Amino acid sequence: MEEEVKGMTKPESEWTWKELPVGNVILEPGNASSYRTGDWKSFKPILKKDLCIHCGLCYIFCPDMAYNLDAEGYFIADLYYCKGCGICSKECPTQAITMVVEEEK
Amino acid sequence: MGKRTGMEVSIAAAEAVKQANVDVVSAYPITPQTHIVEHLSDIVANGEMDAEFFCVESEHSAMSICIGSEAAGARSFTCTSAQGLALMAEMTFIASGLRLPILMIISNRTLSSPLSIWNDHSDTMMIRDCGWIQFFVENGQEVYDHVFISYRVGEDRSVLFPVIINMDGFILSHVIEPIELIEQEKIDQFLPPYQPLHRLHPDQPVTMGAFALPAIFAETKKAQEVALKSSMPKILEIWKAFGDMTGRYYHPVETYKAEDADTLLVTMGSIGETASVAVDKMREEGRLVGLVKLRLWRPFPFEELKQATRHAKNLVVIDRALSVGACGPVASEVKAALYGNDHRPSIYNFVAGISGRDVAPPDFIKMVDKAEIEIEEGKMDGYEIYGVRE
Repeated sequence: MEEEVKGMTKPESEWTWKELPVGNVILEPGNASSYRTGDWKSFKPILKKDLCIHCGLCYIFCPDMAYNLDAEGYFIADLYYCKGCGICSKECPTQAITMVVEEEK
Repeated sequence: MGKRTGMEVSIAAAEAVKQANVDVVSAYPITPQTHIVEHLSDIVANGEMDAEFFCVESEHSAMSICIGSEAAGARSFTCTSAQGLALMAEMTFIASGLRLPILMIISNRTLSSPLSIWNDHSDTMMIRDCGWIQFFVENGQEVYDHVFISYRVGEDRSVLFPVIINMDGFILSHVIEPIELIEQEKIDQFLPPYQPLHRLHPDQPVTMGAFALPAIFAETKKAQEVALKSSMPKILEIWKAFGDMTGRYYHPVETYKAEDADTLLVTMGSIGETASVAVDKMREEGRLVGLVKLRLWRPFPFEELKQATRHAKNLVVIDRALSVGACGPVASEVKAALYGNDHRPSIYNFVAGISGRDVAPPDFIKMVDKAEIEIEEGKMDGYEIYGVRE
């Protein structure tokens, strides 16, 4: 999921000055969703499913709304958006989420 | 020909804003701009003008509201002076970055400290680089006329920039002058309703004022810079159209008895009229002195200035502001504009009339005398604050 490119917006480094809309207005609604904030993280959350009680506090507290409910009823962080802040891990009442260093590939 | 009426220049400015069918007025009163705001407040309260009048708590808010209303597609107006402009300064850069054609009249006043309410150009020079189109006017008629010209220029699809009209505080703002008012039908013809290119509307959502990473910021500034410089032909075209309608033609650089002059005074704003009296006096004595007046400050009229000064030996540039630690801002601009020329006149810079101290015709003659003597003696780039007691 992390490798998927979301949306069609060109990366900033490819725009020339002549292509910019007047006043740098963004004409495509909601295109912030294509921005990979997951690039920012140095820690990623790992869920131990056997400890999870499906309370959803991680989903509620995530400031980036990166958590989604999967088909089996678990809340899983979308690493395309997750910035690695660790709030989910802090709030989890059963310590089911641990933050681990994200290593370079 | 329109009706010629005696009225205070600030009232004429407010009447022009009414005639321009402005939708939103947002301003905070400050000396010497107050009469414009007071009169607009009256006009709106009396139902003579179909506009929202926002009585804001600060100039920062005044400009913020103009940015919001202009972004929603409403023709917006504000005005301020000195400390008010300082408080507003942050938002002026945003208005031009977003390319919102707001109109602001600045009743130019000295920026503290020491505290002073009188006239010079230190306030507007503070925001010289804000990216607005910037006019300087000489008299009340020019203020009135430029309200319509500014909206027509700023709102043009090929321009889309906010516009500043600089008028000297008190010297213009509080003086009663004969103003030729233009018939409403003519104004409606000259100034069509505002048709924004992009606006905030739920049917077609856009984002204005998003941030830019280093990877794209320079491209945004290049686009803004090219657009502002490219507005020149449109400004000339609209000045021409206005002249055809009223008989009053305006130019980026205006000259008076300059063609055969050895020495040219260079002025900006209302002192241009006083300087022309001094030029007449010196001409009577057979001296080859003329006058160059900068009407357009941004985009800077490089070519027009070169043309106007091409035969002169000496320029005497009068600044109404001081870039402390350097010299007068107009002089440094003029020097930079002419440096690449084959023919480079000697340039002498006087900072004169700061904080409303009178600059009378004899003062211009003294400045020309001193500059001519010192240049003759080999001093090529003289500079002083004029009239300071030693």
